[in-house]
Amino acid sequence: MDWWITLSDAEWTAVQLSLRVATVAMLCSLPPALLAAMVLARGRFWGKSVLNGLVHMPLVLPPVVTGFVLLLLFGRRGPIGAFLAENFGIVFSFRWTGAALACAVMGFPLMVRSIRLSIEAVDRKLEDAAATLGAGPAWVFMTVTLPLILPGIVAGMILSFAKAMGEFGATITFVSNIPGETQTLSVAIYAFTQVPGGDAGAMRLAVISVIISLAALMLSEIFAAVAAKRSVAA
Amino acid sequence: MSLEVEARHRIGAFTIDAAFTSDGSVTALFGRSGSGKTSLINIIAGLLRPDVGRIVLDGDVIADSRKRIFTPIHRRRFGYVFQEPRLFPHLSVRGNLAFGRWFSGAGKSASEFGRIVEMLGIGHLLDRRPSTLSGGERQRVAVGRALLASPRLLLMDEPLAALDEARKAEILPYLERLRDETRIPIVYVSHSVAEVARLAERVIVIENGRVLASGDAAAILSQPAAVHAMDWREAGALLEGVVESHDSTHNLTIVRAGECLVRVPQLFAPLGHSVRLHIAARDVMLATARPEGISALNVFEGTVIDLSPDEKGSFDVRLRCGGNVILARITALSREALELAPGKSIHAIVKTVALNHT
Repeated sequence: MDWWITLSDAEWTAVQLSLRVATVAMLCSLPPALLAAMVLARGRFWGKSVLNGLVHMPLVLPPVVTGFVLLLLFGRRGPIGAFLAENFGIVFSFRWTGAALACAVMGFPLMVRSIRLSIEAVDRKLEDAAATLGAGPAWVFMTVTLPLILPGIVAGMILSFAKAMGEFGATITFVSNIPGETQTLSVAIYAFTQVPGGDAGAMRLAVISVIISLAALMLSEIFAAVAAKRSVAA
Repeated sequence: MSLEVEARHRIGAFTIDAAFTSDGSVTALFGRSGSGKTSLINIIAGLLRPDVGRIVLDGDVIADSRKRIFTPIHRRRFGYVFQEPRLFPHLSVRGNLAFGRWFSGAGKSASEFGRIVEMLGIGHLLDRRPSTLSGGERQRVAVGRALLASPRLLLMDEPLAALDEARKAEILPYLERLRDETRIPIVYVSHSVAEVARLAERVIVIENGRVLASGDAAAILSQPAAVHAMDWREAGALLEGVVESHDSTHNLTIVRAGECLVRVPQLFAPLGHSVRLHIAARDVMLATARPEGISALNVFEGTVIDLSPDEKGSFDVRLRCGGNVILARITALSREALELAPGKSIHAIVKTVALNHT
């Protein structure tokens, strides 16, 4: 276990940064993903297929293109980026927040898909029953729909987290490769492979990345099993 | 209570156009499958918004499309027991029971909770998950859940349809207790004559989305209109009576209906308690002379009122026996052999075991 102790400060920073970026990306994309999933699963409106296509765009576009579009929109000179920087002081370009944004966008379709499927699986008759018992629409969602789709939400969050841990193309295009600020695990591994004698460092980080991914996967399995046990249809 | 319902609604090629009023404690919407009963009860509940409709409960306008009044489902305080239990799988039985109670303002005392749990016999199930309950237990919990939301009106859509005979028999007594012990008016949808006969005070016969007949249970269920709406095998007459005496050595109960004394399998009801007996036409035999040496315990003297038209080689004969109307189904051959005609005096024979409704 020598390699563990010899993990350099820069490498540790990359691991911690990756965890932070992935966690923030996952948490911040949850509310809009839930909304988008709800609208796509239940809504009936003109332009629904357009919205569906838009949500799935990051899944089919080359990540580099997604990163480039983010750079155009959220860069310092970009229309959204300039607006946010001026009015709220939120800057994305070449910051870790930009890495989180890139990861959130890339993981968004995965999260929406997972939540949407679980919403479509909810027996709406249960919601009707809740309404006859006196629960208004908001309460029906909170007390019946939300608990029933929890497995899908958890699965979507894990998928989004895993995607964020591995995200490379959009991140490096949008926020570049700045050690300590935007150099996530994947970007750091890539950087190691680009210098002579970097193999050992790349290997150490690769092992860590495997461990984190496996842990996330096992955690999601446990959650799914617990949730499935809780909500066997009656 | 008084309930006034009026609804017109199109679902594809099917049209519901029904209006009825009821002041009974249990009103049955009775008709074949696909007659529009469930749509009608969904309109009452607010789950289905009719094209034109009006619902008034005790003078309180719940919905009136002409005046653009529509109380949303969750503010109607109408309990609803569905065909399938629809228990929340993520909550325990206790959680399910508490659900409506909480939304109704948590005003119900613990004693009320205990009373309903006791009445439905679900006290030992409180900490179980719905998925671990039997079908009958689930339906009882569903009834309890609806009751604990303190409804002004209880809607039941064939709550026994998804259960087998044994489960039905398990739940029916609880529904009778519910009718007799709570003051909540009930609208009960069913296509089963036996259930309606046992529970309902008022019957609304629905066919093709329209009201075919409505009125007192006993009167309606012996009418040709109702007979037409019911399953042919189930057609029969309804007798209103009171418990006269119990014969516990033979496990029998004697019920007085008009001037007839009917021996039925033992009922667990006090003396003087009013009961309804449904006698299926196919269970009634006819004889021109009083039979001797026969095992059947009920032999009623009467006269033939009329005969129905021939249907599949058999006739329904209406008889008047001691103030009751009884239906008997016989073949065309028997009719010729006995030379049946209106006014002829006759004996109707009913086996006691055929009157087992529990």
